[in-house]
Amino acid sequence: MSLLVPDSGLLFWMLISFGVVFFILAKFAFPVITKSVEERKNYVETSLNSAKEAKETLARVEEDSKAVIAQANKEQGRLLNEAAQQRDKIIAAAKQEAQAEAQKTMEDAKAQIQREKDEALLAVRREMASLSCDIAEKVIRERLSDQQSQMALIDKMLEEVVKEGGAEKWT
Amino acid sequence: MRRIFFIIAMVMAGLCFDPVSCFALSETEEGEGVNVQHIIFEHMLDSYTWHITKVGDKDIAVYLPVILYSNTSGWHVFSSRRLHENGGSYEGFYPAPEDSAHAYKLMEKMPDGSFVRPVDLSLTKMGLAIIINSIILLLLFLPAAKWYRKHRGDTNAVPSKYVSFVEMLVGMVEDGIIKPCIGENYKKFSPYLLTAFFFIFTSNLMSLLPIFPGGVGITANMSITMFLALCTFIAVNVFGSREYWKEILWPDVPTWLKAPVPLMPLIELIGIFTKPIALMIRLFANMLGGHMAMLVLTVLIFIGFSAGAALGGSMTFISVLFNIFMYALELLVAYIQAYVFTLLSAVFIGSAQIHHHKKEVKTTENSEIKEQ
Repeated sequence: MSLLVPDSGLLFWMLISFGVVFFILAKFAFPVITKSVEERKNYVETSLNSAKEAKETLARVEEDSKAVIAQANKEQGRLLNEAAQQRDKIIAAAKQEAQAEAQKTMEDAKAQIQREKDEALLAVRREMASLSCDIAEKVIRERLSDQQSQMALIDKMLEEVVKEGGAEKWT
Repeated sequence: MRRIFFIIAMVMAGLCFDPVSCFALSETEEGEGVNVQHIIFEHMLDSYTWHITKVGDKDIAVYLPVILYSNTSGWHVFSSRRLHENGGSYEGFYPAPEDSAHAYKLMEKMPDGSFVRPVDLSLTKMGLAIIINSIILLLLFLPAAKWYRKHRGDTNAVPSKYVSFVEMLVGMVEDGIIKPCIGENYKKFSPYLLTAFFFIFTSNLMSLLPIFPGGVGITANMSITMFLALCTFIAVNVFGSREYWKEILWPDVPTWLKAPVPLMPLIELIGIFTKPIALMIRLFANMLGGHMAMLVLTVLIFIGFSAGAALGGSMTFISVLFNIFMYALELLVAYIQAYVFTLLSAVFIGSAQIHHHKKEVKTTENSEIKEQ
C-alpha cells in the first residue's frame, strides 16, 4: 500500500529538480539545438536543391551545345556541298574556255598553215614553171634544130595533154 | 558485440551488488527465514539513508538530511546518521511500521501516544537520485547546446561525435514523436516533452545501474510519475484550444446525450483525468514490475540456500540466467516506457490543439480555388 501513496517531500524535490532542469534546458539547450538542426536541415535541403538545379542547367547546356554542334555540322555539310558545286562549275567553265581557246588556236594555226601552204605551192609552182620553161628552152634549143622534129614534138605533147585531160587543167 | 558484453558486465555487477545488500538484510532476520516482502519493499521504497553496501560490520552509506516540520514542535533538521545511531528514531520521530500507509516514514509521537505524519521535506534517497539524474541531464545537453551556440549560423561546422549523438537523440524524439503527434503547434511543447523523455529515459537507465549513483528506481515511484503526469495534464488542459473544450463540454453527438442529462460531457470530463492517471500508472507499474521481477529472481537464491546447498546452487544458476534475460528486457523497457510516456503525452497535447473546424473550411476553400 505504501508504494501507492505519493510523498509530499519527494514531490517537492521533484518539483524543484525537474523545474530547474526544464527551465535550463528549455531556455538554453533544446531551442538552440533544434533550431541549429533545423537550420542545417534547411541548408542541406537548399544545397541539394541548388545542386539539382545546377545539374539540370548543365544538362540543358549540354543539350544546347549538342544542338549547336549538330547545326554546325549541318552548315558545314551544306557549305562543303556548295563549295564542291562551285568547284565543279568553275572547272567546267574553265574547261569550256580552254577548249574554245584551243579550238581557236587550232583554227588559227590551220589557217596559217593553209596560207603558208598556198604560198609555198604558189612559189613551187612558180619555180617549176620557170624551171620547166628553162628545161623546155634547153630541150627545145637542143632538139629542135630541124623542122621535122619540132613538129613531131609539138604533136606528141599535144597528144599527151589531151590524153591526160590536162587540157582541163590548163584551161 | 561490445554492447552485449556491456550488458553482461552490468548484469554481473548487479548480481554482485544485490546479493551483498540482501545478505545484509537477511542477516538481520537470522533464524526467521528470508523475508521476501521486506527485502523487496526495502529496495522499492524511499529511505532517509542511501545505503550502498556493508563491508564487514561497517555500513557504507550516504547519510542525507532529514527535514521535518511539525505543527507542534516546528522545524527539525538533522542528518539521517542520527536515526541510524539511535535505532531509527530521533527527536520524538519514529519510523512507521512496514504494513502501514507510510512504511518506514518518520512519524511524530504526540503527547497522547498517537502518531502523526509531519510535513516531510527530507532529501531522501530518491530525492538525491532525482538531483543526480537532473545533473546528468544538464551535463548531457548543455555542452552540446554550447557548441551549437558557438557555431550559430555556421552551416559548415562539423559537429563532434558527442554533439551528433545529442543531435540524434533530440532529433529522434522531436521528429519521431513530437512533430507528428502535435502538428504545427509543436514548438511550444517540444522543450517539455524532450525534458520529460530524457528525464524518464535517464532515470530508467540509472535505476538499472547497480552501484551508487544509480540503482534507485525513481520512475518506479508514484510521486515522480504523478508529477510527470500532472505536467502533461497541465500542458494538455491549460494550453488546450477552444475547439478542445467545446468538444468536451458540447461534443458532436445527438442532443439527448448532452442536453437534459450531460452524459457525454461527464464522460469527457472524466476522460480528462483518466488520461494522465493512465500515464502515471503505466510508467510506475512497468518500472516497478521489472525491478520487482529482478529482485524476486535474486531473492530466489537466498530462498534456495535456506532450503539447502544443492537447491541453492541450482537456484543460483536459474536466477542468473533469468536475471540476464530480465536485464536485457529492462533495458528495452527503459526506452520503451520513456517513449510511450512522451508519445502519449504528445498525442494528448496534440488532441487538445485542434483547430479543425477552421482548418477544414480553409482547406476546402483552397481546394475549390485550385479547382477553379
